[in-house]
Amino acid sequence: MADTIGRDEGLKVVTAPKFRKIPKGKVRKHVIDLIVQNEHGVLSRIVTLIAGKGYNIESLSVGETHEKGLSRMTIVVEGDQRVIEQVVKQLRRLISTIKVRDLTDLPHIERELLLVKVNLGSQRAKDEVFRLAQIFGGKIVDVSPSSYTIELSGDGSKISTFIELVKPFGIKEMIRTGKIALKRDFSEAEEEG
Amino acid sequence: MAKERRGADIVIEVLQTEGVDLVFGVPGGAIMEVYDALFSSDIVHILARHEQGAGHMAEGYAAASGKVGVAFSTSGPGATNLVTAIADAYMDSRPLVFITGQVPTGLIGNDAFQEVDMVGITRPITKHNFLVKSVEELPLKLRQAFYIARTGRPGPVVVDIPKDVTQHKSTVDIPSDREVVESLPGYKPHYKGNIQQIKKAVELIVASQRPVLYVGGGAVYADAQKELVELAEMLQIPVTTTTQGKGAFPETHPLSLQMLGMHGTYYANMAVYHADLLIAVGARFDDRVTGKIDEFAPEAKIIHIDIDPASISKTINVDVPIVGDAKLILKKLLAELKKRKVKVLYPVQRKKWLEQIEYWKKNYPLSYDWSDEVIKPQYVIEVIYKITKGEATIVPGVGQHQMWAAMFYRYSYPRQFINSGGLGTMGFGLPAGIGAKLGRPDREVWVIDGDGSFQMTMQEIITAVQYKVPIKVAILNNGFLGMVRQWQELFYERRYSETCFGVQPDFVKLIEAMGGVAFRATKPDEVPQVIQKAREINDRPVVIDFWVDKEENVFPMVPAGKSYRDMIVKKPKGKPKADTKYLVG
Repeated sequence: MADTIGRDEGLKVVTAPKFRKIPKGKVRKHVIDLIVQNEHGVLSRIVTLIAGKGYNIESLSVGETHEKGLSRMTIVVEGDQRVIEQVVKQLRRLISTIKVRDLTDLPHIERELLLVKVNLGSQRAKDEVFRLAQIFGGKIVDVSPSSYTIELSGDGSKISTFIELVKPFGIKEMIRTGKIALKRDFSEAEEEG
Repeated sequence: MAKERRGADIVIEVLQTEGVDLVFGVPGGAIMEVYDALFSSDIVHILARHEQGAGHMAEGYAAASGKVGVAFSTSGPGATNLVTAIADAYMDSRPLVFITGQVPTGLIGNDAFQEVDMVGITRPITKHNFLVKSVEELPLKLRQAFYIARTGRPGPVVVDIPKDVTQHKSTVDIPSDREVVESLPGYKPHYKGNIQQIKKAVELIVASQRPVLYVGGGAVYADAQKELVELAEMLQIPVTTTTQGKGAFPETHPLSLQMLGMHGTYYANMAVYHADLLIAVGARFDDRVTGKIDEFAPEAKIIHIDIDPASISKTINVDVPIVGDAKLILKKLLAELKKRKVKVLYPVQRKKWLEQIEYWKKNYPLSYDWSDEVIKPQYVIEVIYKITKGEATIVPGVGQHQMWAAMFYRYSYPRQFINSGGLGTMGFGLPAGIGAKLGRPDREVWVIDGDGSFQMTMQEIITAVQYKVPIKVAILNNGFLGMVRQWQELFYERRYSETCFGVQPDFVKLIEAMGGVAFRATKPDEVPQVIQKAREINDRPVVIDFWVDKEENVFPMVPAGKSYRDMIVKKPKGKPKADTKYLVG
């Protein structure tokens, strides 16, 4: 249709253009550690930024630190290396963020907290749930004639396994927090359970 | 401890501390207290006819002068009317502080009259924003806003101030510069480039046979023209600029390739396509520049100098990124080149490269078909260029006319071409032109507008009349939303869906009714005369309504998402003759 012109002007013809495009990498979950100024709207600033760029937040935990005016966040975002690099750079660009880093490939400790209320239909169930809580290092924090409420902390897979194991007894209610994470100081540290 | 005064007085005090002598805006309920304080200050206020106009005026002012532009509005609709200007300033990295009124703190969240969550609305389109919750924090937040707006990669900052905060009294001090910097531990713009990276860049530059400099707005903000010219001349590197980068390298220079990208020159795009080294300075590899990323500069190694780390590797992989201020980095780069007494490693190849570019320039210059009957829009720009001797500041709206203004005027100075490049805001031209003239009264300012763009903010002519702002406005009137029509012609089989204005105002009568001067030109031979006549009027705005070829297209053109190889340099053949008959009424 159109009169198009190109590549015939004396220089060598480019037949196989090198790929400039940033290639899509393997998608996995990344754990991002942030220190932010604890001020009006900072949480929504971070959430808006990540959502506005089209990235999905898997979990987000936030709490104050020992330093006045500073909070720490752990954000889990799914994406490939390119997406995560952009997320980290964009977060760093915010005025309210003091420190942003991707912990995924650094030695770090991760924890989640679970509160789960399990039905106790029989004495056998009572014994079994009690035993499971002990094995997993959980604590029974509330007891009623028909239920135990168990508190359990650990990494994501431990929490998930425990949930699977008590599911047959009937879970009345449960909540699990998002991940919280800290970098290890000594990279040679022992394997984390 | 300062003496006790209202929050509103503190606002004015901080503006004076920051050296602000001119603000734009429209008053309203929530910001009345600030306007009351303004009443007894030396700060000049330009009363726009719409907050969007005030916002674009502040943008034009900032872009032309290099100072921070300031716009006021009230809460609710006043503030939301500013949103387009805020987003525009964000996309084009302009330093602005927007001060918006807010309902009193006790009413926030109550769906009060004229309440809108301005901080929430503008979060994704500002460099930063604040809701000021008490008069005690007002001076610091305001000073932080100015500091954030003008440092690093510039950008707009919104300060939302509830009415009671402007009314409460306080003895709080205005913080010092140092206190402002120290209060922002998370904000440390990086200016100095990494020397190791600069050394790597030197290696690439020396070893290249076919280098091209690709220069964007960052070079304008960094005021790097001297360094760019020195680098280009020293190693004979041709230079192309984006719309934002225009004037960072003089387009009258023999090494200039003018603009690249979707409507770039044939020679700029071909040079980039065939280059073996691309040196990007303060540019962000926008999709309107790169076209299809896979085929952008396919043979080139790329050096990317940018002050914003988030711009690096955002859309494209580069070989040597350098984060920092363009001027400082170029200075270091030049020092390194000189220290090593660098010469071009491949002089024969470089000579051939420059000859090749000359060949492209000679055989595919910017051109259009002349007509004796109907005014060609490109001709209007050419005449303005000649008559103003290339010295005017050009402020276009958005559309075909913007591209013609970018192509057919040659820009020699930074800040000479002020346009809405990122957001592409129709209606930007007139108010931004008013702001530009107020920011640089010594410069002749021409707004090049389209009839569509002009109608989006044309009430601001009244503002220009009121404040005797002698801008010249050239409306390239084709009766169409021309750029959309062009795409419909090329890609939608000329199905002109809703792009033809069935009814147009009589622009001459309209401008005269508003107190401006207006002329009309319908034939090519009238063009130089009316432009001369317009230049003789210096106490009010002048508008010229040029009736131009209705179906003229902007070429060259790289269709969206296509490679430079797919560039359309001429009109497709067999197109029916343009209908030049024109209706007003």
